[in-house]
Amino acid sequence: MIVYSLCFVLFMVGLYGVVTRRNMIKIVIGLAIMEISIFMFLVLIGYIQGAEAPIITGHETAVQFVDPLPQAMVLTAIVIGLATNAMLLAIAIRIYKNYGTFDIRKVNELKG
Amino acid sequence: MSELVPLFVVIPLASAFLIPVIGRFVPWFQKSLTLLVLLFLTILSLSYLFTNTGETLAYKVGGWENVEHVPIAIFLVLDGLSGFIVLIINMLGFLSAFYAVSYINKYTAENNFYALLCLMIAGMNGVALTGDLFNLYVFLEIAVIASYALVAFGIERNQLEASFKYQVLGGIASILILFGVGMIYWLTKTLNFADASTILAQHAGSPTVTFIQVMLVVGFGLKAAMIPFHAWLPDAHSSAPSPISAMLSGVLIKAIGIYALIRLFFNVFTISSEIAIVITTIGALSMVIGGLLALRQWDVKRLFAFSSISQVGYVAMAIGIGMIVIARGGSQTVASLAIAGGLFHLINHAVFKGLLFLNAGAIEYRINTRNLKEMGNLAQFMPWTASTSFGASMSVAGIPPFAGFFSKLLIIIAAIKGGFFFLAALAVLVSVLTISMYMKYQRYAFFNKAHSEDRMKIKDVPFPMAFSMVIMGVLCLIMSLLIFPGVREIILDPAVDVLMKSSAYATTIIGM
Repeated sequence: MIVYSLCFVLFMVGLYGVVTRRNMIKIVIGLAIMEISIFMFLVLIGYIQGAEAPIITGHETAVQFVDPLPQAMVLTAIVIGLATNAMLLAIAIRIYKNYGTFDIRKVNELKG
Repeated sequence: MSELVPLFVVIPLASAFLIPVIGRFVPWFQKSLTLLVLLFLTILSLSYLFTNTGETLAYKVGGWENVEHVPIAIFLVLDGLSGFIVLIINMLGFLSAFYAVSYINKYTAENNFYALLCLMIAGMNGVALTGDLFNLYVFLEIAVIASYALVAFGIERNQLEASFKYQVLGGIASILILFGVGMIYWLTKTLNFADASTILAQHAGSPTVTFIQVMLVVGFGLKAAMIPFHAWLPDAHSSAPSPISAMLSGVLIKAIGIYALIRLFFNVFTISSEIAIVITTIGALSMVIGGLLALRQWDVKRLFAFSSISQVGYVAMAIGIGMIVIARGGSQTVASLAIAGGLFHLINHAVFKGLLFLNAGAIEYRINTRNLKEMGNLAQFMPWTASTSFGASMSVAGIPPFAGFFSKLLIIIAAIKGGFFFLAALAVLVSVLTISMYMKYQRYAFFNKAHSEDRMKIKDVPFPMAFSMVIMGVLCLIMSLLIFPGVREIILDPAVDVLMKSSAYATTIIGM
């Protein structure tokens, strides 16, 4: 149970970063932390206490295997997270070239 | 025909790969390939809808057969609702791409533009067709990453800022959706829609399920820009190049927002009245607040973007009313009327809002401004733009015989029949607001005295742009036929049936 709560704490840390930081790079880091907390949650879903890795070798000792599907999902999700982070950072760098700052308060020409 | 279902995803994905590779050496390759692909997919989806006998086509990726009635493969499912959404995506994609042939001249990287457009369409087609929760997330991310890049395509200050804002909010939405998908997997140990729905039916009403539903409403609500989550939409949709604005506003927010939401809530979860009330409320809020915010805009594309929030609010409200009626065990006729109204308004909004953004692009192309105060008397110089824009404005404002009138009428009748008199009154009120904002657009852009005389000595737009706009203008008018018996059975009714017989989806897939 503690691990699940830690996931939640990590999520909140990321959300806090996204909401309070003014620096764009830190906002991106906050989003990445949120993403990773969800990935950890997904891996935990498939985890079973005392179970083995789901590889059939013919010499398994335990009868239970951990669920491999969430691991495959997390691998895919990490790749997607990489793409979104790369995209975000590319835009942040372009903004820096245009405005000369990473401060989100100074990038406010649009009114929302 | 079920072998043809993956083509909707594979062909645009492959062309997104081929365009940057071959397009560099062969001129016109990118344009012709994109147009051919999208035309082919439009014809394919139309041929499905016209030959449809009510059967569901399912393609099992990897060829894994069901084991003891448990679906193992990743399903791509083409049924009435998916066919309906896929038709909208590819038809609007084709018209936008045709429009872009001359519009995109002012940008440099044409190959990247068409590659990203194909990628976005591949993602949206995937979302519309998939029958697997995690696959839904993957296709959704493909579509939105392409749209992030397309919003920033101009790489000027506004585009970059809008794209960053869009990406942060879109990122949070994706995280919440992934969390919801993970929770469903934790609860049911399956990712298949059909399989999950049979297991979730046993957990109906439990706090965990409600929690998952709230996560998904927030996630997809952010993607669909429903009102508490709308902050990114006006910036993103007004900053993108106009053909892309048409795609984003006309298709993307519906395919990955509204469609995903209703597919999950009708066919995967058991409809509960609490969530139905939430969806109705945020729909009604979007409708009213989006309309009010749009009134004070002077930037044409921002006006259309706020109006998109308002019109998508109509769709969500109508679907929500249908859900409430079903959940309370009310009359099936009323529920199907509300859902038909919502879906009909969805396809109407795709066409008229796409057309309006293309018109805004045409005006920007010629006089290089988006400010209404700097326009005027354009009707004299741009007859095609003016006339198609008039049709679209009338359709969105709900003036008969344009299609928008019939869909709003259906929604209002369903609200009254279901006993939601307040919502019906709001819908009428917002309709009046909509008329006023489009009167303002018509008057300032096309009929007022010209802002500066010499600047207004312009020609109408080139043929590809005019062609797309005229086709969509005609569609605005003839789509009102969709509601009449004879045509209704082909396009609208199969889509409504999928949602009304919500448990039939699971039985069909499991029975395969």
